[in-house]
Amino acid sequence: MGFMDNLRRGLERSRETLSEIFYMGGEVTEDFWDDLEDTLVMGDMGAEVAMRVTDDLRERAARENLMRSDQLRRALVERLTAEFPVAERDPFTDTPSIVLFVGINGAGKTTTVGKIAGRAHANGVKTLIGGADTFRAAAIEQLQVWGERSGIEVVTKERGADPASVCFEVVETAEKQGTELVLIDTAGRLHTSSDLMRELAKVVSVTRKRAGDIPVSVVLVIDATTGQNGLNQAKEFNDALSLDGLIVTKLDGTAKGGIALAISNQLNLPIYRIGVGESIDDLQTFDARSFCEALVGEGVQ
Amino acid sequence: MFNSLQDRLQNTFSALRGKGRLTEDDINSAMREIRMALLEADVNYKVVKEFVGRCKEQCMTADVLESLSPAQNVVRIVLDELTTLLGSTESKLTLAQNRIPNVIMLVGLQGSGKTTAAAKLAYLLKSQGKNPLLAACDVHRPAAADQLETLGSEIGVPVYRGDGKDAVAIASQAIQEAVDHLNDLVIVDTAGRLQIDEEMMEEAVAIKRAVKPDQILMVVDAMTGQDIVNVVSTFAERVDFDGVIMSKLDGDARGGGALSVREVTGKPIKFVSMGEKPDSLEVFHPDRMAKRILGMGDVISIVEKAQQAADEKQVEDAERMLREGFTMDDLLNQMNQIRKMGGLAKLIGALPGGDRMMAQQGGVDDSSMGKIEAIIHSMTKEERARPKIINGQRRRRISMGSGRSVQEVNQLIRQWGEMNKMMGKMKAMTQGGNAKKGRRAMESMMKNMGFGGGQMPRF
Repeated sequence: MGFMDNLRRGLERSRETLSEIFYMGGEVTEDFWDDLEDTLVMGDMGAEVAMRVTDDLRERAARENLMRSDQLRRALVERLTAEFPVAERDPFTDTPSIVLFVGINGAGKTTTVGKIAGRAHANGVKTLIGGADTFRAAAIEQLQVWGERSGIEVVTKERGADPASVCFEVVETAEKQGTELVLIDTAGRLHTSSDLMRELAKVVSVTRKRAGDIPVSVVLVIDATTGQNGLNQAKEFNDALSLDGLIVTKLDGTAKGGIALAISNQLNLPIYRIGVGESIDDLQTFDARSFCEALVGEGVQ
Repeated sequence: MFNSLQDRLQNTFSALRGKGRLTEDDINSAMREIRMALLEADVNYKVVKEFVGRCKEQCMTADVLESLSPAQNVVRIVLDELTTLLGSTESKLTLAQNRIPNVIMLVGLQGSGKTTAAAKLAYLLKSQGKNPLLAACDVHRPAAADQLETLGSEIGVPVYRGDGKDAVAIASQAIQEAVDHLNDLVIVDTAGRLQIDEEMMEEAVAIKRAVKPDQILMVVDAMTGQDIVNVVSTFAERVDFDGVIMSKLDGDARGGGALSVREVTGKPIKFVSMGEKPDSLEVFHPDRMAKRILGMGDVISIVEKAQQAADEKQVEDAERMLREGFTMDDLLNQMNQIRKMGGLAKLIGALPGGDRMMAQQGGVDDSSMGKIEAIIHSMTKEERARPKIINGQRRRRISMGSGRSVQEVNQLIRQWGEMNKMMGKMKAMTQGGNAKKGRRAMESMMKNMGFGGGQMPRF
């Protein structure tokens, strides 16, 4: 089962609805535009973005005299692809690198850390996991299970310890052992809790200071099922921590992850990885074009 | 970041002021605003379409179109419709009377908050006199059972883990365990699963068949977007749950998904979960949720909280304060009450427009309350009752004792003086006399009490 298949299956529903629209009689009518907008909204893209995309496409259709739905489909893929900023650097392959995973509760941070670490380790990259989620019950144990599975050391402290001091020690250990990739899991928190956001800002700044020349990336993990509140989340996290990029998880359900497009576009943050399944290999590098093609149902056959 | 529906409608209608009556076009533009507000709140698209259609019909009646304040009327109609949709009454947890132990099973997607909700539910029912047992049937996520065990020990509820391999077996054994240990309730925590994962859905059905729960509750993240419709309809079809727990409502998500759940499956929302602490599971109130979805603030909850916090003695205190003036102890009491109600931030956030106000002010800092408390705690009884006797020497002592600077102590005393002056004005007001003077005093008092510049000294 290839990754594209997974992605396509995940996006199947949205593809079906869009296909319906696109095959409607070949020539486009007023209903076509309404339905298009509806479908984009249904994909959690946000009413505003959906309207903008539709209007743009409409204008382009008039300008270039695109009358048939297959032409419009191609134009839509291009239009959506253009909404995603491109990553300049991949923090998981351009080593040495330290990556902090942040996000709200239940987004999938710990699982993502486990998967990326396992993958890097299998590729022969010297990897270290830091467990800075000292708040949630059994978060450390969960991470340790992941570490054991792939034979990677997990540096952490007891529950309730200061997460910033954990990070300090993680970086210290990494330095001593000559680790190439350091992945640090943090406790999930709601973006509205200002105390916890301040704590996280401290964690980031302590890590940055201790890391010295080694680049530290802060990555927001976001659940694909998240609705419009995702934008609030990302904004708050970005304001407090100045994020470097995103990871979108749980795209293997029927959620379309349209909110990822809204966030990536509005905050100018690249998407580093997307999760399309349970296994380690299902966490894949994000490719805007194939994502959009799968969404609209073009290209990959 | 979002404007509340009321603001949006106000803008729409202010453009129409002076018009004798509203036309269909005007109502249409109002409906557009409602549509956007609901979509921003993550209400499902199809649900929005139908809902707006129904509202429009009602708004087209003559008494709305010709009323003096169409904006309020439209909002009222929308709110009523929304409340009706969400369920007009609170939906209680129904457990069979003649069955021991009762069984509650929790299901949901990964990361929706089942394990936390299980612990909270156990805590709530324990406080209502039940003797619950938690069954750790999440055998898929690493350390999920450890998490439940830790949470269980924090609230003093036993956890049954079994062999940690076979979820169905653990669930059935947990019932036997409950019988053996005289637990009258078993709460079954299950693994998170995607609704399209056939194997996992089969497991959930198998657990259900094995333990025949009194109630199956689905835990739904309040932040879920449009996809919630697909998720809940599949779960309803396969496991047929009885009600919903909405989790993570302590964030600023509008929780429009609640509406979609109701509309698509007809299942009621039973509880809302709003925080990290075990006691943060509350009964769901449809009217409050309706207001939240529209961004109108949760005034009733505040009033209720205030009523809980205030007891009779405090009413007496208020009278005494009016008679004899305001002491440092009274100030301390007031601060404690604010804390009981969840802190300033929670309080202001629940007021209409409060979240925006807080955003403008850059948040509210509860820590200044702690500093004031420290200063007051460093005063003698006499000083607290009659702060006027605090001279330079006493100030220095208080400052050393509390670890705050002399300036901060001074500021607090000055603040106390102002509050006492306000009390004096209030006294003048309640004792009648010049109504105009009273109103003026009230106005200046309101100004003094305004957030941001006023009551709480900023250190």
